[in-house]
Order: sequence, then C-alpha cells, then structure tokens
Amino acid sequence: MSELTLVEAINDAFHTELARDDSVLVMGEDVGRAGGVFRATAGLRDKFGAERCVDTPLAEAGILGAAVGLCMAGWRPVCEMQYDAFSYPCLDQLITHVGRYRWRTRGAMDFPLVVRMPYGGGVRAPELHDDSPEAYYAHTPGVKVAIPSTPADAKGLLAAAIRDPDPVIVLEPKLHYRTMRGDVPAGEHVVALGRARVARDGDDATIVAYGSMVPVAEAAAELLAEEAAVEVLDIRTLKPLDEEALLESVGKTGRAVIVQEAPRTAGYGAELAAILAEKAMLDLRAPVIRVTGYDVPYPYWQIEDAYMPSVERVVAAVRKTLEF
Amino acid sequence: MAQTLRVPGSHDLRRVIGDGEAIPDGEVEGLEERDLLELYRSMVLLRTYDERSVVFHRQGRIGTYAIFWNHEAMQAGSVYALEREDWIFPSYRESAIGLLRGMPVSTVLSWWRGHPAGWWNPLDYNVASICVPIGTHVPHAAGLAWGKKLRGESSCAVAYFGDGATSEGSFHEGANFAGVMRAPLILFCNNNQWAISTPLSAQTAAETLADKAVGYGIPGVRVDGCDVLAVFEATRDAVARARAGEGPTFIEAVSYRTAPHATADDPRAYIDLERVEEEKRRECLGRYEAYLRRAGVLSDELAESTRAEAAEALRSGIAAAEEEPPADVGLVFEHAYAAPPASFAAELAELRELLGE
Repeated sequence: MSELTLVEAINDAFHTELARDDSVLVMGEDVGRAGGVFRATAGLRDKFGAERCVDTPLAEAGILGAAVGLCMAGWRPVCEMQYDAFSYPCLDQLITHVGRYRWRTRGAMDFPLVVRMPYGGGVRAPELHDDSPEAYYAHTPGVKVAIPSTPADAKGLLAAAIRDPDPVIVLEPKLHYRTMRGDVPAGEHVVALGRARVARDGDDATIVAYGSMVPVAEAAAELLAEEAAVEVLDIRTLKPLDEEALLESVGKTGRAVIVQEAPRTAGYGAELAAILAEKAMLDLRAPVIRVTGYDVPYPYWQIEDAYMPSVERVVAAVRKTLEF
Repeated sequence: MAQTLRVPGSHDLRRVIGDGEAIPDGEVEGLEERDLLELYRSMVLLRTYDERSVVFHRQGRIGTYAIFWNHEAMQAGSVYALEREDWIFPSYRESAIGLLRGMPVSTVLSWWRGHPAGWWNPLDYNVASICVPIGTHVPHAAGLAWGKKLRGESSCAVAYFGDGATSEGSFHEGANFAGVMRAPLILFCNNNQWAISTPLSAQTAAETLADKAVGYGIPGVRVDGCDVLAVFEATRDAVARARAGEGPTFIEAVSYRTAPHATADDPRAYIDLERVEEEKRRECLGRYEAYLRRAGVLSDELAESTRAEAAEALRSGIAAAEEEPPADVGLVFEHAYAAPPASFAAELAELRELLGE
C-alpha cells in the first residue's frame, strides 16, 4: 500500500498489467515518448518498448479501428483518447464495430480492448477539454463503462478493464488526477466491474454519484451531517450497473438525489432515476431529484463553476427530499 | 509479363489479357494451366452466385442484395495471390468472397436472408465479417496486419472497398496508419466508378485514385479490374512487398458497375445505359473465357462442366439455407457480451412469455 495521486495509480496499473500479460499494448497520441499529456503512461515505453507503448498518428477513429484489428491478431490494446471531447471521432468505430464485432462473430472472437480518457471540467481549459461524454458510451450496446472516483479504484477498475474479455470504456476524472491522493494497494489490484461502493453510510437519504461528483456528494453529506445521515453511493461501473446496490441503498433511505456533471437531458442520471421509478416506487418517500450540468455547451472557463453541480446545489436537493 | 494499355481519358492500366485482335495476349510468369483453370472456376462460381442471388431475391428467398456482377476478376484474381493464412476484409460488395476460402454457399446466402447461420466465425476462413458501413473496416485490416507483424508472423491482410470509400475519413486514417506502421496490408480499391448514383467525377478531384497513395508514402498501382490475370499479378507483387517488410500497397482496380448498386436500386434514373451495354461487352468473365480459349486451355466441355458444378453448388446452397431451422429469439440476447448482464435473462423470459413460448 502506498499513497498515490489518481494519475499515479493509473500509471501503476499499467506497469503492473503490462508486466503481467505480454499481450497488453498501450496506444494513443503522445503516450510513448511523452508518457501521455497527463503522464498516465510515463515510463512504459522505456520499460516495455516502443512496440508495446505506441505513439500513433493523430487519428482517434484510426486508433480505435486499428485496435479492433489488433484484437483480431491476439493483442489486448489499451487506447488513450487524449481528452473526453477528442474521443468523438472514435464514436464511429465504437458504435459501428467495437460494440458489435463479438456479436457479429456469434461469440467466436473476443475484443478485449480498453478505451480510456480524462473527462470532466473544472480545470480552466480551452473548449472541448471539459466534457462528460459517458452517456454516449453507456448507450452503446456491447461495451462496458467504468468511472473511478479514487486512486485505488482508478488502478483497480483499469486493471479489471484490461483483463475483461469485452470492450471497456474508462473515464478518468482529470480534475482529480493530481489533486486527489489516496492509499493504493501495491502489485496486482483489481476492482470487479459492476460493483458499486458505499462511499459513506447513512439512513436518511442517498446521493448517487460517480467519478468527479463523488467528492462533491461526500462534501454535501458532510455539510448535512447534523441534519441527516446521508449515504453516498459511488456507482463506479455505469455498465453493467450494480442495480442491487442502488435499490438496496434507496430501499433503506427512501430518498435519492442523483448527481452528474454531464448535461441533463438523456444523461446517465435519467437512467438511474428511471430504474428507481420502475423498481423502488414503494420505497420512495420523496421524488427522485437530479442535480446535473445544464443543457448547454460547456461554458467559458471563467464562469465554468456556475455550470458544475456544486456542493450547495446538492445540499439544496437533499434538503428538498428530506423536507418533502 | 503485364503490358500497359492506354485507356482513352484515363491513365495507364496494367493489363495481361489482349483483345484477340490488335492487342496480343500476355501471360503471367509462374501461372500454370491448373492455376488458370482454378481462377476460371473461382470466377464462374462467383458469377453464378451473383446471378442466382438476384433471382433468389426476386423470388423472395433472400433479402436486399448488393450485386457484384463484373467484379469477379477483382475478387478471384486478388484472393488467388494470397496464402490461406492471409486475412481478407470484405465490404458488402465482396459478400461471397469467402466461397474462395471454402465457405459454404449456404452461409453467404443465410447472411442475405438475415439468418444467424450467415454470421460466420472469421477464424475459420481468415475472412473478417462483412463490413456494411463504407470504409470503416480499413483501420481493422491495418490493425490486424500491424498486429501480425508485431507478433513476427508473415501473414498480410487485404481490405476491399470501392471508389466511394476513398472519400471516407476511415479509409484515410487506416491507410495512413498502415503507412506509418509499415503494415503488411493491401488496400484493394474496386473502382467501379459509381457509388450508388454518384459518379467518380463527383467523388474526387484527383486524376486517379491510385494517386492518393502518394499521400501515405506507399505505392499506388492501377490495374484493369476486368483482367483477372493483371489483378492477380498486381496483388502478388503487393503481397511480396508486404512479406518483405516493405509495407502497404494501394491497388486501384478499374472496372465498371454494369448492374444496379443493389436489388433495391434502379440505375435508369442516373446511368448512361449505352455505356453500360458497352461495358457489358467487355465484362471480365467473358474476356477471361476468350483468353483461355485462345490459349487452348478451355474447351466447351470444361466450360460447361464448370458452370454446371457452380449451378449445382447454388442449388444445394439455397436448399441448405432454406433448411436452416428458424432462429430462436434467444439469440437476440446472445453474444453481445462474453458474460451477459443479469437483466438479459429476465428480459428474455418476459419476451418468451409474451410470444407464448
């Protein structure tokens, strides 16, 4: 166990997994010589060679398309998309092929690839360096989606994604790459996909969150500590979702606030709310409330904080459910 | 040796087969009589498959079908230059190319019937699944070729696509990737000069499609796509380059789409029918037959028995496809994931109940 930043934990996962399995290969823009623009892949080229930590041409669809072919040749490619919104060109490959190819071969071929990218705002960056695109990915059949919120999970979920026989998309909260530190198990560390985590216990209300919204939810719960015992459920894997954990928590508390940084309409929070409407109706003591980004292009960074779901907005939403 | 023929309004095309009059026949070094006849059998099988499929569609026995009449030389000639270990990445225009690797006729017909029996295991034939969206399989072929090279294997890959695909971003990204990685890849463009109703002149301002190869730092060669021997020779050269570690080659095989794009298309709205009739007189199988007869390799009897064999393969193929038991609805939920999510079982159970199963 050692204390690492979130991005160091990702780097640790890479070093461990590339050493464990020589069919794992890392590819993307600037991942080799530079070690990634966030240094997530630092040291891999020196240790494992330029053929297993590959600087690719600047072509997101080409990267993911080539990764499909690499899978067919027996590799387990891990593709880095440099930023959330730069991943959009790769959606063509993702939707038309990555999520379908196993099905197309009637299960005869595995496509054990990983697409990982930094996501989310709050980093005072230019346009299209701030998006939360998880709904596009989660909506695509045939792929899995994980979003860690802690350094330990960043390592464990990436390791699970690399070992999984199916394509997995991992979105990493870039806001916390260097600002969050935490204990990370040394050596092999795998956090199974499809298991949520109770980040904070409570009986009065549940805040459901993932990724960079988990610390916001925890801060809100802490602020409310004298009024109510608020549980924070970290979803961790959006697909497959740990539905049991969601229903168990809300079954216990009867109140749910869902937090997502992405725009509101058709976001992942809507899916969580719909599940609660379908399966937890009789447990609910108040309407489910969503706290989300707005249905606008991610704003100019001087006023980006106004867009981000804040601790205050989450606290207000929880109070609303408590007072219903 | 291939000779070059000046085609009016075009650039030089590699060509082997003459016209029986002013242009003499050439020959391809290393091809013996049995090779020539094997190529003939392949072309006849593809032609028969294609013509029967149009009939099967009209009879309501297969769904919408993408016709490849006059593309047989490009498919048979190029595949014959490959080893069994080499990978083929077909577009829908090459739906039946697996027949040249021993895939049953019924499998391909089942694909066009929308029956799961048509979704083959690519590892059985080293033939990837049919790519329906245009050009998006080019990066797959580049990735596979690169991945095989990284593993120290000597196999190569061929990606087939049409002239329209060269306008797609994924073609560009795949070709560029392959060039940078020096992947053992053959980019095989069947330039039939039409993308549904869009002529080549509306697709590109480039003089030739082969010119595009320059931008990827790879050779681009042009070949008469209706000349099976020229196609074979050009592909054999490209395969040799690939195996020698010299990287990809772009082959532009020029032919003409003399049939509708697919059974759902009516080209009378946009095509010059006189030109079509003219191109049909130059179609690839007839030209190869005439070549073989001039060379004294093909007799009436052999031609007849080859056609009869192909016709029988189609007769038994459609029968086998139609004998496939109806697909179970449970397959809706199969194979999307290695381990299906828990929700699938409940959804299937509900569906079966509603269907009264």
